[in-house]
Amino acid sequence: MTSKIEESYVHRRLEAHRPLTAKHVFLQWEWLLVLIFVGVLVMNTMLSPYFLNITSLRDATMVFLDKSFIVFPMAFIMIMKEIDISVGSTVALSSVGMATAYNVFGLPMEAAIVVCLVVGALCGLFNGFLITKFPELSAVIVTLATMILYRGIAYIILEDQASGNFPEWFGFFGWGYVYGVPFILIVFVGIAIAFGLLLHKTTFGRKVFAIGHNDVTSKFSGVNVKKTKLIVYTLAGLMAAVTAVFLASRMGSTRPNIANAYELDVIAMAALGGISTAGGKGRLIGTVIAIFIVGYLQYGLGLINIPSQTLMIVIGALLLFAVVVPKIKDLRKS
Amino acid sequence: MSTNMIDSTLPVNVEKKESKLAKIGQFREIGLLAFIIMLMIAVQMRNSSFLTIENMTDMMTNTAILLILAVGMMLVLVTRGIDLSIGATLALSGMVVAQFVSNHPQTSPLVAILMGIGIGIVCGLVIGGLVSFLGVLPIIATLAMMNIYRGMTYMVSDGKWISSYQMPENFVGIATSKILGINSLVVIVIIVYIVAFYFIGHTRTGRQIYAVGSNPESAKVTGVSEKKIFLLVYTVMGGLAGLSGVLWVSKFASAQGDTATGFELSVIAACILGGVSIAGGAGKLSGVILGAMLIGILNNALPLLNVSPFWQKGIEGCIILAAILLNVMVKRGVEQNNLLRRRV
Amino acid sequence: MGEIVMELKNITKTFPGVTALNNVSFVLEKGQIHALMGENGAGKSTFIKVITGVHKADAGEILLDGRPITFSNPNEAKAKGIAAIYQHATNYPDLNVTENIFMGHEKISPKTKRILWKEMHDEAKGILRSLGSAINPKQEMGTLSVAQQQIVEIAKAISTNARIIIMDEPTAALTTRESEELYRIAEKLRDQGTAIIFISHRFEDMYRLASKVTVLRDANYIGCWAVDDITNKNLIIAMVGREINQIFPKKEHTIGEEVFRVENLRKIGYFADISFSLHKGEILGLTGLVGAGRTELCETLAGIEKYDNGFIYLHGQKEKFKNPKDAMQKGVGYLPEDRQKSGLILQWGIGRNITLPTLENYSTKGWLNEKRESLKAKEIAEKLHVKALSVFDLVSSLSGGNQQKISVAKLLTTDLDVIILDEPTKGVDIGAKAAIYKIINELANEGYSVILVSSEMPEVIGLSDRVAVMREGRLVKIIDAHEVSQESILAAAMGEVQPGGEDVCQPI
Repeated sequence: MTSKIEESYVHRRLEAHRPLTAKHVFLQWEWLLVLIFVGVLVMNTMLSPYFLNITSLRDATMVFLDKSFIVFPMAFIMIMKEIDISVGSTVALSSVGMATAYNVFGLPMEAAIVVCLVVGALCGLFNGFLITKFPELSAVIVTLATMILYRGIAYIILEDQASGNFPEWFGFFGWGYVYGVPFILIVFVGIAIAFGLLLHKTTFGRKVFAIGHNDVTSKFSGVNVKKTKLIVYTLAGLMAAVTAVFLASRMGSTRPNIANAYELDVIAMAALGGISTAGGKGRLIGTVIAIFIVGYLQYGLGLINIPSQTLMIVIGALLLFAVVVPKIKDLRKS
Repeated sequence: MSTNMIDSTLPVNVEKKESKLAKIGQFREIGLLAFIIMLMIAVQMRNSSFLTIENMTDMMTNTAILLILAVGMMLVLVTRGIDLSIGATLALSGMVVAQFVSNHPQTSPLVAILMGIGIGIVCGLVIGGLVSFLGVLPIIATLAMMNIYRGMTYMVSDGKWISSYQMPENFVGIATSKILGINSLVVIVIIVYIVAFYFIGHTRTGRQIYAVGSNPESAKVTGVSEKKIFLLVYTVMGGLAGLSGVLWVSKFASAQGDTATGFELSVIAACILGGVSIAGGAGKLSGVILGAMLIGILNNALPLLNVSPFWQKGIEGCIILAAILLNVMVKRGVEQNNLLRRRV
Repeated sequence: MGEIVMELKNITKTFPGVTALNNVSFVLEKGQIHALMGENGAGKSTFIKVITGVHKADAGEILLDGRPITFSNPNEAKAKGIAAIYQHATNYPDLNVTENIFMGHEKISPKTKRILWKEMHDEAKGILRSLGSAINPKQEMGTLSVAQQQIVEIAKAISTNARIIIMDEPTAALTTRESEELYRIAEKLRDQGTAIIFISHRFEDMYRLASKVTVLRDANYIGCWAVDDITNKNLIIAMVGREINQIFPKKEHTIGEEVFRVENLRKIGYFADISFSLHKGEILGLTGLVGAGRTELCETLAGIEKYDNGFIYLHGQKEKFKNPKDAMQKGVGYLPEDRQKSGLILQWGIGRNITLPTLENYSTKGWLNEKRESLKAKEIAEKLHVKALSVFDLVSSLSGGNQQKISVAKLLTTDLDVIILDEPTKGVDIGAKAAIYKIINELANEGYSVILVSSEMPEVIGLSDRVAVMREGRLVKIIDAHEVSQESILAAAMGEVQPGGEDVCQPI
């Protein structure tokens, strides 16, 4: 392999293969997540005898996987040291757009789904446009404003009405099975793999990490920082629209107030998955485990009739746990 | 006396023109005031019941809580932070106090208010601790605590409402009674603003809040403790949210799990409209008052103009977006003018 | 001979691996303006930090009013009446002038702890007026010009009753007229008995103001003269003093056809009328004082910043770079001045840093081939003799010199014609400097055209074929190799040549 290097430089050779050490294999956040995941399963089994069977575990995914699509682009955004708190509103607006296209403008459902995706992508694109055009504004403020705006538009369109009456086949997104596997789970696996490859195996993903660590260096090194941000925010909008499709399908209708506070769940899952809020760090495999931790935790607590409001506390606590634990490690180091 | 430091030689062949936007920065409050007056006249022309004493009083009491919270939010924004948890803190404090007074009808209103403030301070301290000692980003810390406080509110209430018939009369009276002929909510607002005015303008600690926001590095060199300031602003914010919780429950005579959901957004909007810089360091009480008034007027006027209440959020979103973009443009204009004044 | 307020005797200060001050002595009299001169890295800033209590001297003593004294922190020095004013004002842009003056020592009512605004405004106004300035104390600091901010900093020093004021390059960002204003204030303070240590690169500052000048060179005390007794030429010799070291490789490169040309480039507020050309295999030194606009110019040439007027030609073709990537693809690469902030990703390994600008070369349709990538990184890192174990070693663990080699390596992964190096040897030790010089020379030998930005005279002279000198945003002179000397560069950079005069270079 190294034969090409000229003789004169041989005296100072560098290793070009990554050494595999015990630290690299075992001391990883993901193992902690796996432990927590097992803990959640054990706890659920003890709380409810109905939990631990394959049908129950399988069907639970239909309930909690919808918002998980947004976790992946959110992980990209957080790795870039940015944030997007408008995703919940984007879900609402794109689903309202879909319902309106179908019910008011009489488009076929297939076209309405396309409208949904386009609306979501446009919402994300608009966020990205504002953030790259006005770099002096923080992403928190920009997406806060669009969060109000997008939901506001959804309210203007539908007021407080529900809009549904979708064709029967549309329910397949939320409730359908393919060879006994929930359709949503198949889509989830596909999207997870796609985002995982995009982040860890492509030049685009490498640039995302570079921007998160140091956007000035990235810019100076020829990375098109603005374009990368624009694409990632657009992806976030698009995935919010995918969520909207599955959510509307599962619920059979949509309202302007759906997907309320999804941004928190999504950010919490990403942070729990090991995506650093300080930027630059994270692996998508961690977020996948985190999605299932949060999902089965919610599902399990739901089985024993813990009200959904209590779950809010659990999610808030998980988010804090995920951001505080690494900080404490840092504090002890220094 | 010499003023020739100011005018330096102008560059030859200037192609770029001086930005006029920069001037808006100097007149923003007057501009906002003019806008408010124009808006009021416009509304009055469409609906004559707008400028009546009754409606104005109504509007004032409705805007009172927004005004109180805006003071705290301004301080948080000045330190380059943000607090999304205040709606939840408000709800929690309101719920706990409402439950307490419904079980102990003899409670004096003052005790109820102090209780609310106390609960809010504890809530704020937790956030302040997370931000200052553990270095958690304000957006993450307050997003998490927002959920936790909101969840706690539901837990405390067990999902039930506390309605007006469960509340003793003197408690409901907090919001409806009058002191010296002025609605007591308005009186509380005035007290809060007087204290805030003194605190941020005339005490060292108050000025240190601005110093930390304006230039954290310099502040450190001067010996200002950033941690202390962070802890302080989130605690003050919490305390004001706690106070608002009591006032809210008293005013609407009902405490619910979802009280004031999303109210933090209106508060942030009021601050941004009032010229509080989201980049930190700048923000005036006068601006915040105008910003809150504008939002209050919009909320009051839209129904009078027969605008569907569902337009409110959309309009609010547009206004916030316009306000922050205008701020950026003004800042860019100022910078461009500074560059043009240099010789090269 | 006035009364001596401060005396430093045989001060020595060492940092790990570097002697920053070696046996330096200094005498400051009441009502004296004392210039402190020396090249970058001569030890001036360490000297100030010792006086202001930021650093503690390893040996020697400081006498204040004849009594020995030690400062363990800056506040103690401040309490003894020593204040420093830095080139970049450290102020609060959103707060008003009065607050900026009194921050940290506000006047408060002893009973109520209330801030006494009126008293503070009055005193601020008084101080500003005594400085002959019409600045309104209620004005926001951020709205003032740089010159006015400097005056506020001086007012701040006066408000702490400073008897000794250190001014570190206060005129660097000021126009001639603004500098004049500052001189007047300094003289006024002097007449009132304040002792001033004035640090500047500009000779005109020194001649205009100082009565004494102390020169430092390479951490050593060279001498102290009355300004009237030393000629400009002798002063330059005192400052530079050494022969060009042998560490510079022999020039072997041949200069070919024109590759790169700039005509009348201007970025409003930063630089103007920049015209020069660059040939194949040529090293063009670009120098000038800090704040002369060099970095802004380089960033513009590399497509990072936009310009307002003028043209850039590459191989005779007019080009407008859309972004750094575009510039790189067309053949212009840039090594930024601050390698930690804008050159490298410290948390990454060597390999990933090197390949960041050219990820497309190790990928097919966007899919990274990490093996190909790390082999390329290995090849280039070895070529530059980077000292590390593997290409996965974190850049943050490397020494300054090796970090800089990684920065340079990033430019070598792609096919460039023009390489712009901004202060490539800043903060690296002498051994690594020699290695970097060798690399630069080899680059030219291989046919790269190099723009070498540096504040270090020997470096510019030792390596460059021609030297362009910038002053206040303009290119004042281009000196050929056979005419170049430290004296000629300093003279051009410090303004013996008046800006706007006949010496301004026309396009070549």
